[in-house]
Amino acid sequence: MSEQQTITLYPSRQFKDNARAALKDGELRQSLRTAMDYLMAKRLSAFSDGDELETLRTLGETIRQRCLAKLPELLEKLEAQLTANGVQVHWAETTEQANEIIHGLIARRGGTLAVKGKSMVSEETELNHYLEARGVTAVESDMGEYIVQLAGEKPTHIIMPAIHKTKAHIAQLFHDKLPDTPYTEDVDSLIRIGRNALRDLYLKADVGLSGVNFAVAETGTLCLVENEGNGRMCTTVPDMHIAITGIEKVVEKLTDVVPLYSLLTRSAIGQPITTYFNMISSPRKPGEKDGPREVHLVLLDNGRSQAYADEQLRKTLQCIRCGACMNHCPVYTRIGGHAYGTTYPGPIGEIISPHMLGLENTKDLPTASSLCGACGEVCPVKIPIPEMLMRLREEEQRPAGEVVAHPLRGQGAAHTGKEALAWRTWRGLFGQPGAYKLFGWAATRLRGLTPPGQLGWTQNHVPLKPAAKTLHQLVRERDAARR
Amino acid sequence: MSARDNILAKLRNAPRSAPVEPDVAAHFERFGPRWNEVEALRHWATMMRSVKTDIVWCTESDWPQRLAEQVKARPIRSLLLARQTPHGALAHTALEHNPLLQLKTFDRMVDDWKDELFNDTDAAFTVVRCGIAATGTLVLWPDADEPRTMSLVPPTHFALFDTRTLHADFHTAMTSEAWPNGMPTNALLVSGPSKTADIQLTLAYGAHGPRDLVVLAVLPPHLSADQLKDAA
Amino acid sequence: MQPNSAATPAAGRVRPTDVYFFGTCLLDLFLPEAGMDAITLLENLGLRVHFPQAQSCCGQPAYTSGHPNEARAVARAQLGLFPNDWPIVVPSGSCGGMMKHHWPRLFAGEPEQALAEALAARVVELSDFLLNVLDFHPQDRGLPTRVAVHTSCGARREMNVHVTSWALVDRLGNVERVVHDHESECCGFGGTFSVKHADIAGAMVTDKAASLQHSGALEFVTADAGCLLNINGKLAKDGERVFAGKHLATFLLERTGGKA
Ligand code: SF4
Repeated sequence: MSEQQTITLYPSRQFKDNARAALKDGELRQSLRTAMDYLMAKRLSAFSDGDELETLRTLGETIRQRCLAKLPELLEKLEAQLTANGVQVHWAETTEQANEIIHGLIARRGGTLAVKGKSMVSEETELNHYLEARGVTAVESDMGEYIVQLAGEKPTHIIMPAIHKTKAHIAQLFHDKLPDTPYTEDVDSLIRIGRNALRDLYLKADVGLSGVNFAVAETGTLCLVENEGNGRMCTTVPDMHIAITGIEKVVEKLTDVVPLYSLLTRSAIGQPITTYFNMISSPRKPGEKDGPREVHLVLLDNGRSQAYADEQLRKTLQCIRCGACMNHCPVYTRIGGHAYGTTYPGPIGEIISPHMLGLENTKDLPTASSLCGACGEVCPVKIPIPEMLMRLREEEQRPAGEVVAHPLRGQGAAHTGKEALAWRTWRGLFGQPGAYKLFGWAATRLRGLTPPGQLGWTQNHVPLKPAAKTLHQLVRERDAARR
Repeated sequence: MSARDNILAKLRNAPRSAPVEPDVAAHFERFGPRWNEVEALRHWATMMRSVKTDIVWCTESDWPQRLAEQVKARPIRSLLLARQTPHGALAHTALEHNPLLQLKTFDRMVDDWKDELFNDTDAAFTVVRCGIAATGTLVLWPDADEPRTMSLVPPTHFALFDTRTLHADFHTAMTSEAWPNGMPTNALLVSGPSKTADIQLTLAYGAHGPRDLVVLAVLPPHLSADQLKDAA
Repeated sequence: MQPNSAATPAAGRVRPTDVYFFGTCLLDLFLPEAGMDAITLLENLGLRVHFPQAQSCCGQPAYTSGHPNEARAVARAQLGLFPNDWPIVVPSGSCGGMMKHHWPRLFAGEPEQALAEALAARVVELSDFLLNVLDFHPQDRGLPTRVAVHTSCGARREMNVHVTSWALVDRLGNVERVVHDHESECCGFGGTFSVKHADIAGAMVTDKAASLQHSGALEFVTADAGCLLNINGKLAKDGERVFAGKHLATFLLERTGGKA
């Protein structure tokens, strides 16, 4: 673990400091800009027909909203169907519970080595550390995740975990950390090094861990999307497969996954399809010669039910984790994923993390947006992200004591008497014509007194100075002159 | 109360309004591709080749020979196939005379020979259930004869594809074959050899799965490879 | 592609004889000349322009800062100012977006809901109005020049103002419109964002200012007061003396010889 992460239990509390540090990292800024430009162009090329894109997004939104509207029923159906197929289903309200369940399953068979496919939910639970502390080594097998784990870091992007690293970084990392590895910046060679390092582990691992992209209630099927084949390795080769996912990932029908999968790959990386779409419905059946003999699914809540409780905030759960919102976010592009200090960075992180960690630990995230709307414009399931951000701003400004139907954890975390008073004053001045007129009059007369420092504004700008006459006044004078 | 009950109770307590029913079929009806047989095959081949898949057009009678040529052209010393299946038997006959090639069969539980499978098996030959034109995809439903690891672990995968099973898109494949009525242990869409762009967005093939995917695409008698020539 | 395609001249958008002008608080206090230029431009086109003196602000600053009650109180004070059925022209895209798209939400379930909705339907952003309602073909009397256009994000995404601004500039015979790097990207204003997250907003406006400066344009225009103050304030802070932006209304008025 790098020092950065050991400073605090909630690195998201240090968002502003983290962001400031990231902004000074010129190399990071450059890598991110290049990568995000590339991903934006790729996405655009994958949706050449604007009409098809809009229709498909609406379909994706409708499917996700229908699945959420039936969420408890679909979860029960999923459980019943999976159980009938021989897959064991576990439920966890908290990250601790999820880790306990997973460790329990591994410990039961005396396992010491787990290989992991990409799973952001397991990042959420910090599963690797939990297992490590209990004598189980969990090795990330997705190339990006492997690199990030080797570097003792966390992913900076939900699709491209090592997007912040250059070839040179990775060459040095492999050279330093892997025995007998010469320094090379050739990407094919680097991938071969990673491939070889991991192949042995698939073979030896007691358990394979993975995430889930869609869990189909109708057939009891776990769908995994990937390019590398490591997900297939983790879910096929070890004798036990444990999948972990959020409770919102369930979809009702098998046909639902067709449009969602298409939206996912095209939005994420501009690919028409990924190399593999892996649909798992049961453990090894009698007569079959491979595949895990045990398959488990852990369903995690971790704050999702808080978002669910409110019909507006529920839209947050429509997310299919494509990462397009971060690729298009001018804030993410400038600070990268680590600065957020959360599992999910960028716009989706700003709207989901408060439910997972509480507003008290994430209060700077909902405001870390200019509300430019680029995220909502590209979101494949049409989550109105700016609207979610404004709602969270409202909840973090709402005094802690105020009673509301669905209080959020950390309500009022950003509320200060000073800011509340400022807005009340503003309301007093701008909400009454007489007061506003007087205000305009005073501001223009006293413009010579404009303070040279205006909060954060003058950090980047010359001070805002009222004009000599307001527009109101100019219009009045002109009307008078005409009469 | 258990975690399960707590979670479900919280969800049930939330206000819910009746959802709008999405019409998935109508979407693909409207935007799905409209190709004739040759156009569909061309598109499929173009898509697959764009992700580094080798396609060998064959006929019902010459594919075992073509397979043998493909194997010979590569540094392959061992190949895994399902001899007990009709197509496996044909492939076996075509390959058994190659003195440099060791033929293997998946006749035990994987647990009994994982090491050999991982470290001493260069290639595997399996059949494909069907194809998808729009995305350049093969659909595999591994079974007891041709287990899941065959298309995954050996570095080269030879896939026998009857082109008459090509569907226009994923939705058509799934609905016309009635997948929702029953899914196998594992169903798989494969679109090319494994790849990654995790290092500085540079595309590299052969991540963890096969490095090479060779499709023996069997054409029906009324089609010839010449008609498909310009598929990039 | 966009749901509310302002780019297509709307059939049935009748040319009125009178319009209301909602100046916005930013223009009122910091850029009143631009407001006057917009009014003059409209009058030169034969319209009677009515400026309710009791107007102040659309409420957006509080609305986007998590204080909807304050926003509602201020917005409510505007609701009674437009009794006649005339269009309400707004010379700032993001404020226009607030009134058109967010007022109905802000007043949902309130006694003023119907009124707010009716007003929202009459709100029209200046460049949209000039292009699509008036079909304004400006007679370019200026010397040849090159300009870049920056569009506020709210205006772009909620009102398609980028398309209307481009179209108006493109109708000027002596003006070459140049595209700047990452043109669609936000300038980093975002109201209180530029105060609360000054470091990030600073990086954004630095990049925006640089790409405008390096675009080959001699100046830039925008139809949004917030962006204009943001980018010009940054350029001035960096000591830039020549390159700056102006409001689209000012630019159009200058080009058509309506401004001394
Ligand atoms: S919020 Fe939308 S754009 Fe962002 S990751 Fe989720 S689905 Fe993708």
